[in-house]
Amino acid sequence: MSTPFYVSPQQAMADRAEYARKGIARGRSLVVLQYADGIVFVGENPSRALHKFSEIYDRIGFAAAGKYNEYENLRIGGVRYADLRGYTYDRGDVTARGLANVYAQTLGTIFSSAAEKPYEVELVVAEVGETPEGDQIYRLPHDGSIVDEHGSVAVGGNAEQISSYLDQRHRDGMTLSEALKLAVQALSRDTNGSEREIPAERLEVAVLDRTRPQKRKFKRITGRQLARLLQGDDGDASKDATGVDGPADAADAGDTEEK
Amino acid sequence: MDFLAQHKPELLPGNRQLPPTQGAIEAPHGTTIVAVTFEGGVVLAGDRRATMGNVIAQRDIEKVFPADEYSAVGIAGTAGIAVEMVKLFQLELEHFEKVEGTQLSLEGKANRLSTMIRSNLGLAMQGLAVVPLFAGYDLDRDKGRIFSYDVTGGRSEEHGFAATGSGSVFARGSMKKLYREDLGEEEATTLVVQALYDAADDDSATGGPDVARRIYPIVTVITEDGFRRLTDEETSEIARSVLQRRLEQPDGPRAALL
Repeated sequence: MSTPFYVSPQQAMADRAEYARKGIARGRSLVVLQYADGIVFVGENPSRALHKFSEIYDRIGFAAAGKYNEYENLRIGGVRYADLRGYTYDRGDVTARGLANVYAQTLGTIFSSAAEKPYEVELVVAEVGETPEGDQIYRLPHDGSIVDEHGSVAVGGNAEQISSYLDQRHRDGMTLSEALKLAVQALSRDTNGSEREIPAERLEVAVLDRTRPQKRKFKRITGRQLARLLQGDDGDASKDATGVDGPADAADAGDTEEK
Repeated sequence: MDFLAQHKPELLPGNRQLPPTQGAIEAPHGTTIVAVTFEGGVVLAGDRRATMGNVIAQRDIEKVFPADEYSAVGIAGTAGIAVEMVKLFQLELEHFEKVEGTQLSLEGKANRLSTMIRSNLGLAMQGLAVVPLFAGYDLDRDKGRIFSYDVTGGRSEEHGFAATGSGSVFARGSMKKLYREDLGEEEATTLVVQALYDAADDDSATGGPDVARRIYPIVTVITEDGFRRLTDEETSEIARSVLQRRLEQPDGPRAALL
């Protein structure tokens, strides 16, 4: 019988972390920013079917970079957790903090279990509050730690560079249009410092908008509305149903809109 | 748990035999729920009374709920069980939508509700029946649709109008005479209030508009733009105008003889 080589625990963990980080770095980056009326998610995503951002619950959104099948698994787990919580107790009892803790436990367990390969994902869980002070953003790296973020956060391949760019320029109380433009500027900077253009069709944008009259605050922004926001005309997202995709996000009740 | 499930399944909480009851169980009951389709959508409305035997258990109960953005459920039968069923139904629709990234078809929603009613058959046999009315806007066909159910979960699509609950017989008679195919949204909302008034007129378990307490029927409209519940001001205005006309003509509008 062959004896396995001795590998020190430190070395084993470092190797696993290295593996996960490399996997995440291959994926495209995404950013999550606070703005005056909520939280905006922006990422480059050529696919229309596979979303990087999604709704977890009334006020909670989810963003992920890395391997699709792994974060999709976590996303569905999160939806299940939130729905069950809300059904058993009350809708108000579902919080981003609780959800982030569950994700941290899951990721941590998988990361340190020798039987499984570590997940190559980095998550962001965000909850929009009644006021900007109530907003919560949590970043969850591959190893199961939780980082409480404020203002702006970037995850994915080029995260460090993007977040330092954002830290310098992001301020509280930005309009949606300003925040969106800043996010796109940050995303279009390459590792070598050069800039490239990201067309609107390749952007995936979603918001948690506290001014939305419905209890479900998550909404995707696509099509004409996205183009208008990128041009700088700050259309009121909650009053605008054009170009909205997904039934959850469909026309706000009582809204009239030219078709 | 698994061992128990294999050897003595009747001991598990969900599988226990219900004790035999003497007569019907006394629990709050509904109701009259009515639905009418119009061009561009569907209206679902319900009265506000819950009764327990001969007693009025609640005057301002709400029996019409949004199921999701494009559909609504009105409940008749045992209030407690029905409200719980609706809660679970709402949860299932929302859960599906979030996990799959797309909404269930209206048929799919109607079928799901059918299964839920059927699973309540045991309790229904004990007198705790739930018989909802389901209405929604079908985005694929661009029209409002109504589904009615029986206690075994049997589902049938209704064309034009439908009613459920203890006052449904009277409401249906009323709607039969008032319904036209070219109704607009405003006419449809008036029609349901008329039908509920007629139901309350002849059925003791259905409440009419309560002017003194300002309790009026719940009227909801579902169109292409989604679910909307009429505000208290809007419903009180409709109910008051209906009431005003009934002061002169207590039996409501007359249909032509031929």
